[in-house]
Amino acid sequence: MNKYAVINTHVHNVDGIAKVTGRATYTFDVKLPGMLYGKILRSPHPHAKILNIDASRALKLPGVIGVVTGKDTLGVKQGIWRRYKDLCDEQILPVDKVRYIGEPVAAVAAVTEEIAEQALDLIDVEYEVLPAVFEPLDAIKKDAPEIHEGFERNINVTRHIEWGDVETAFEEADYIREDWFKCGGQAHMCMETRAAVSSYTPEGKLTVYSSTQSPYYMQGLLAGVLGLKEGNIRVISHYVGGGFGGKFELDGAIFCSAVLSMKLFRPVKIVYTREEDFIATKRRTPMYYYVRTGVKKDGTFCAREAKVFTNGGAYTGMGATALYLTGFFHSFPYRWRGYRYDGYRVYTNTLPSTSMRGFGAPQAMFCSEQQIEWIAADLGLDPIEMRRKNGHYPGYEVPGQATIASCGLDQCFDEIQKWIKGKGKLPEGRAIGISACGFMSGGIFNWFDTPYSFSSAVVTINQDGTVELYVGAQEIGQGSNTTMAIICAETLGVKVEDIKVHSGDTDHCPADLGAWGSRQTLMAGNAVKMAAEDAKKQLLEFAQAKMGINIVYDLDIKNRWVHIVARPERGMDYFELVKEALRGKDGQRIVGRGYYTPHRKGMISPAYSYMLQGVEVEIDRETGKIKLIDSLTAHDCGQPINHLGLIGQLEGAFSMAAGYGYLEYMPYEDGKLMNPNLVDYKVIRATEMPEAAVAEIDTYEPEGPYGAKEAGEGLTNPTAAAIGNAIFHALGLQMKECPIRPEMILKALKEKEEKEKEGK
Amino acid sequence: MEKKLLRLTVNGQEYEIYINPKTLLVEVIRDYLGFTGTKRGCDTVSCGACTVIINGMSVKSCSVLAMQAEGAKITTVEGLEDKGKLHPIQKAFLDHGAYQCGFCAPGMLMSAKALLDENPNPTTWEIREGIEGNICRCTGYNSIVRAVEAVAKGNYREEHHE
Repeated sequence: MNKYAVINTHVHNVDGIAKVTGRATYTFDVKLPGMLYGKILRSPHPHAKILNIDASRALKLPGVIGVVTGKDTLGVKQGIWRRYKDLCDEQILPVDKVRYIGEPVAAVAAVTEEIAEQALDLIDVEYEVLPAVFEPLDAIKKDAPEIHEGFERNINVTRHIEWGDVETAFEEADYIREDWFKCGGQAHMCMETRAAVSSYTPEGKLTVYSSTQSPYYMQGLLAGVLGLKEGNIRVISHYVGGGFGGKFELDGAIFCSAVLSMKLFRPVKIVYTREEDFIATKRRTPMYYYVRTGVKKDGTFCAREAKVFTNGGAYTGMGATALYLTGFFHSFPYRWRGYRYDGYRVYTNTLPSTSMRGFGAPQAMFCSEQQIEWIAADLGLDPIEMRRKNGHYPGYEVPGQATIASCGLDQCFDEIQKWIKGKGKLPEGRAIGISACGFMSGGIFNWFDTPYSFSSAVVTINQDGTVELYVGAQEIGQGSNTTMAIICAETLGVKVEDIKVHSGDTDHCPADLGAWGSRQTLMAGNAVKMAAEDAKKQLLEFAQAKMGINIVYDLDIKNRWVHIVARPERGMDYFELVKEALRGKDGQRIVGRGYYTPHRKGMISPAYSYMLQGVEVEIDRETGKIKLIDSLTAHDCGQPINHLGLIGQLEGAFSMAAGYGYLEYMPYEDGKLMNPNLVDYKVIRATEMPEAAVAEIDTYEPEGPYGAKEAGEGLTNPTAAAIGNAIFHALGLQMKECPIRPEMILKALKEKEEKEKEGK
Repeated sequence: MEKKLLRLTVNGQEYEIYINPKTLLVEVIRDYLGFTGTKRGCDTVSCGACTVIINGMSVKSCSVLAMQAEGAKITTVEGLEDKGKLHPIQKAFLDHGAYQCGFCAPGMLMSAKALLDENPNPTTWEIREGIEGNICRCTGYNSIVRAVEAVAKGNYREEHHE
C-alpha cells in the first residue's frame, strides 16, 4: 500500500491541459510588438579564415533592418565550463575563423523571415579555406591541421580515472579479451528546434525567451558574452519542446538574437529550421573505444582498461563532462579490483559534440555490455549469473569515486531471468539480448562556478491556502513541474491542485542549475521538500498554540487536515489554520525557503539508479533488417514520485536508446552531414516501437527526497548493447559499431560464412 | 506577387483574408489567424506537428498551399474543446500521460481524432499506423496508443459531445 497521500499516485501533469489544448506557448510561438525576424548566415567550409564580410548589399534590401558579425560582439570566447578558461573556446559569431560547416558567420534582422532569408544571399564573405580534419584518429596525428591554437595534436581535454592495482589484477585473470568499438553520434532532435526571442530596451535590460534546459545558465552565459550584469538579463522559458541534453549551452539562436536586439533596440526572433538544428547545434559524442577486460575462469571480474578517443568536433561544449562520465560509467555496475580509463577528447572540423541523454554512458555500455556477453560465451558461463556475481550492492564503494547507498541491481537480475524464462523457446530469427547499467542522480561538479546553491525553492502560502511554489528547476517535458508540485503537496499535506508552480523565469524563480544529468528530482526535489517543511513548521507552530495541546504531541498535515499524529481525529482544517497563522504574522504570507547542494558525496553524484534490460529482437537474414519485438527493464529508481511521468520517461528513454542502437545514423562526408532532415535521419516511429514495460524494484535512497533518485535518463544507456547482444545470440555476430545498420549485419554475416567455409 | 482572397472556416469560424498565393496553410493558421497550437517541426513533411483536419481528413498543413483549402472546413487543436469542455481524446491524453514536452501533441491529437472518426474500433496496429506520420521524441508512443485505445473502448463515451 502507498504510505503517501500524493507521491506515486495517479496525478495529471500540471501543465497537461495547456499542452493538450494548444494553449501552451513555446518560444516558437512568442510574438512581441515590433518584433523582427532573424536569420543566420552559415559557413560552407569546415575550416577557413574569415578575411572580410561585406553586408552592404544585404542592408540595401528593403525590409532589412540590421546585420551583425563577429565584429559587433565583444569577441568573448565562451563555454559552459566557465571555471576553465582554456575550455571556453567558442565565439558564436567567430571573429577570425570558422571551424565547422554550418557555423554562424553573420546574422540578419528583417521585417519578415522571408526577407531575412533573402538577405543572407547578399552578404559577401571572403574566406581563405584551410586544410580540415574530420576524424579524431586523424586529428591527433602530428601533421594534422591545427584547429585551435595551443592544443597540441588537437587534444582538447584528457581524463584519467584509475583505482586498484590494475597490472596485478590483470595478472590474476585467467582470461583476457580486448576489442575496439566505434560509437556513433546522435541528434537530440527536439521537436521544437532551437529558438529565441530577445528584446533589449533603453533601460539597458535584456529579456530573452528561449527554448532551454537551464534559464540560469543562459542568464550567466549571456552576461559573460554581452558584458551585462546577470541581474539585467531575464530569461523566460515557460514551455520547452524537448531538450535531451542539447539545450543547456548558449546557442546561435539565443546569442545572435540578443546581439541583433542590442544593436537595433527591437525584439528579434530566431527559429532554427530542422536542417539548421541538425547541422549547427551539437550532438551526442561519437567515440572510439578500446576495451581490455580480464576475468577469472569462474567469471569473477578482475581488471579493466579502457582507452577512448572522442570526436569532439569544433568546440568543447559539455563534451568534457561526457568524456569523464563515459569513463566512470564504463565501470558500471560492476566491481573491478583494478580499473583504468584514459579518455582523449579530440577537436575536429565537424559539428561540436556534447551531452545527450545518458551523457557518455550509452556509448560506454554499448562496448562494455557486449564485451561482457562475449566473455560469458567464451567461458561458457551464464551471462546473467556472471553479471550478478560482480554487481554493485548497497554499501559498496567505487574506490575513490562513490559510495553506493541504495542499489536494487540484484533484484533486477531476478526479474529479467523470470521474464526470459516465461518467454520459452523463441521463433527462428529471434533472440533476447540483455544489458545492465546504472546512472547518476545529478552531478556534483561545479565547472560552471556558480556561487548559488545547486537547487533552490521558495514556497509561499496565500491567505486562502493556495500555494505558490517557485523553483529554478526547468520543465522540458520530463514532468519536473509536476514532480515538484507532488513533493510540495505531500510535504505540506495539501493537494496538487492547491499548488501553482512557477518556473522558467529568472526574474521570479530562484537560481538552479537546471534540467541536466538527472539532477532535478533529487536536488530540486530536496530543495522543494525543505522549503515546504519550513512553511509547514511555521503553520504548525500556530496550530500547536491554537489547539492548546501538550507539547509532547507531534502535529502533522495530511489531505488538508491538521492533526495530532497519535490521534488523527483531533485536529483542524488546513484552510482555517492558514488564515489564523497569517493574522499571527502581522498579515504576512507564510514563506518557506529550501536549498540543496551535495556535500561529501564522492566525485560524481549523490545517488545512482540501477537497471537490467532485456530486449527481444528479430533479424531478417535476407535484408539485415532489425525489428524490436518486446522489452522489459527491471528498474531501481528508489521511491517513484510521479507515477505517470515515470512510465512516460522510461518508455521515451527506450525509444531514444533503441534509435541510437539501430536507426539514428549521422554520416559525414568531408565535414558535411549527409542526412540533415527527418526523411533521411530516422527516428523511431509508432510502428517500430515495441512494448517497453518496466518492473519497478523497490528501494529507498537516503539522500533523495522521500527516497527518490534518478529516472528517465539512465534508461537511455542499456538498449544499444541489448540489441547487439540479441544479434549475437540470434546470428553469432559481434557488432562493434553503432548504430547497427542492416548493411553491417549483411556484411558480417557474409564474412562469418566465408570464415566458416575456410574453416571447413 | 499579387495577393489573393482566401475564404476558409477554421474551428467553426469563417475567415476572409488576402494572402500571397504561395503561403502554406500552416502559415495562415499560425501567423494570420493566430492559432499557434498547431506547430511545425520540420521542412520536409516528415514530423506531423502541423497536422490539422481538413474536411474530415488529417492533413499535414505544411504540405498544402493555403489556397488549396479554399472553402474548406478546418479543425485545429484549439477546435477540439468546446468552451472549456475537453474532447474525449484530450482527456485520454491527460489520463495516460500521452505527451511530455507537448510540442507534438496538437498534431498527434488531430491524427488520433481523424483515425477514430474513420475507424472507431481500431486494432493496436491500426492505431500505430494511424499515428505513424507523427513523430514524438518524448513518449515512445506507447502511452499515446493506450490513450487512443481507451477512447475507442468507450471509456470516455458518456462525455462525448458534438
